[in-house]
Amino acid sequence: MPIVEIRSLSYTYPGSTKPTLTNVNLSVEEGEFILLTGPSGCGKTTLCRCLNGLIPNSYGGEFNGQVIVDGLVTTEHPVYEIAQHVGLVFQNPENELFCTSVEREVAFGPENLALPREEVRKRVEESLAMVGISHLRDKSPEELSGGEQQKVAIAALLAMKPKILVLDEPTANLDPASAQSVLNTLLKLNEESGVTMILVEHRLEMVAHMAHRCAILNEGRLVLVGKPEDVLYSDEAEAIGIGIPKVVQVTKALGINKMTGKCPLTSWSLADLLRVWKN
Amino acid sequence: MVTSRPFEGVEELILFEDVSYSYSPGRYAIEHINLSIDKGEVVAILGENGAGKTTLIKHINGLLKPQSGFVIVSGMNTKDTTVATLARHVGLVFQNPDHQLFAETVEKEIMFALTNFNFPEDEISRRVDWALKEFGLLEYKDRPPFLLSGGERKRLALASVLCYDPQIVILDEPTTGQDYRQKLHLASLIKKLNSESKTVVVVTHDIEFAADFIPRSIIMSKGRVIADGDSEELLTNRELLMSASLIPPQLVELSWDLALNPPTIHFDEIVSSVKKLLEGKKA
Repeated sequence: MPIVEIRSLSYTYPGSTKPTLTNVNLSVEEGEFILLTGPSGCGKTTLCRCLNGLIPNSYGGEFNGQVIVDGLVTTEHPVYEIAQHVGLVFQNPENELFCTSVEREVAFGPENLALPREEVRKRVEESLAMVGISHLRDKSPEELSGGEQQKVAIAALLAMKPKILVLDEPTANLDPASAQSVLNTLLKLNEESGVTMILVEHRLEMVAHMAHRCAILNEGRLVLVGKPEDVLYSDEAEAIGIGIPKVVQVTKALGINKMTGKCPLTSWSLADLLRVWKN
Repeated sequence: MVTSRPFEGVEELILFEDVSYSYSPGRYAIEHINLSIDKGEVVAILGENGAGKTTLIKHINGLLKPQSGFVIVSGMNTKDTTVATLARHVGLVFQNPDHQLFAETVEKEIMFALTNFNFPEDEISRRVDWALKEFGLLEYKDRPPFLLSGGERKRLALASVLCYDPQIVILDEPTTGQDYRQKLHLASLIKKLNSESKTVVVVTHDIEFAADFIPRSIIMSKGRVIADGDSEELLTNRELLMSASLIPPQLVELSWDLALNPPTIHFDEIVSSVKKLLEGKKA
């Protein structure tokens, strides 16, 4: 059974006349890593809010269809209950951090689940270590850089041990090295702990090769879903105007994908392909 | 490294002379910065979080005053000039639009600075009109800014600064949350500003954007400028990128993986190099 199921989902914000999402259908299997992308304003953030029930439970608006996460129909359960199954990481971490220290911030979720003190402590330690911020535990989130704050937000969610993480451009405010380390953390969480990932990201060159499937939203509709190489090498993807990775552009420009039947997504896989093919 | 120049008779539009600043004793946010940017230049400032990029640009619009050394902007020493005066010359677009946007509607947001700088009525309406169209915000003109998407708010922040036509435009992380088309739009906008002899300083983590569109790069690390020069030369320098914790552009990675000499940031050059490799196979 899929862990996330979106059935004929359409949604219009209160006060708006135009739907933001139109007839979206998507099933995600447990342990999948989904990359969700599409032009700005296409409805990616709105779809994320539907996945943890913020829409429609907190936003109102006109909601049609059904979203089921980890067996819970989102319209039938409160957000706090869904939040134990789906962790949502936003673009702007400073909007969600509010405790006086990093440690307290990360402990907040598990403490609210009334877990034993030892378990809370263990989860805090693990989560801080997973994103590499154990040394920041006593700092106030306010005095951290944007990148560090985002790591705190992710650690705070990890402490809830959700089965699904939905991340809305989590690396947008990070410098490249920290972005890479956060993305590597996500990959590790997915591969080793089986956490289902739904990652919204524009910089496809950094993430395309990590995902099992890539989904493209355009004007509120899910227009392409498939293996990242199939999606990113398609003419439709090019027409929508998402940032096709340079490696894909080079490969396509020279017809290497047609000649070899291979669709590399990273520089090293293209280089390997050329090396093998040349000999 | 930029060599320091005498203050007398400078032609530079932005000049930093041995500038240091510290938020808390014993730890400098920026240290011994020497820098000059000419009129009409487009410059990227790159570096990891905490490298001092934001502290540096806050010295250009006078939000911060140097604790030692001095900063000259458009011939004015920032120490003797108010932020209000500098603001007319230096437009700063913040990284997080929510730190900047406050008006009730998109239209009012764009009007704010224009009204403040006492532009005449007809000029205000002409400029607001231009900005709404240029940034694809016309259909949202009566909406509260907080109902816009992240990318749209970012464009609004940009519109509300560019509408009053400052001589120097500083963009702090302009590409975050922007899709590919908007990045191209931003690039062509920068080109246009540049053709009007505006000076554009872009603080960015988006090394792909810098490699594709910005000719000069300044790389910062731990409060210092560690390199300043031609973007292609700097962004293909492996040791330099590593020491600044920067991830190379994908084409540079590909250059290295294919052992191309010299490595390049240009798409056409990579394509022709790979083509040669492929022809080598057929021969």
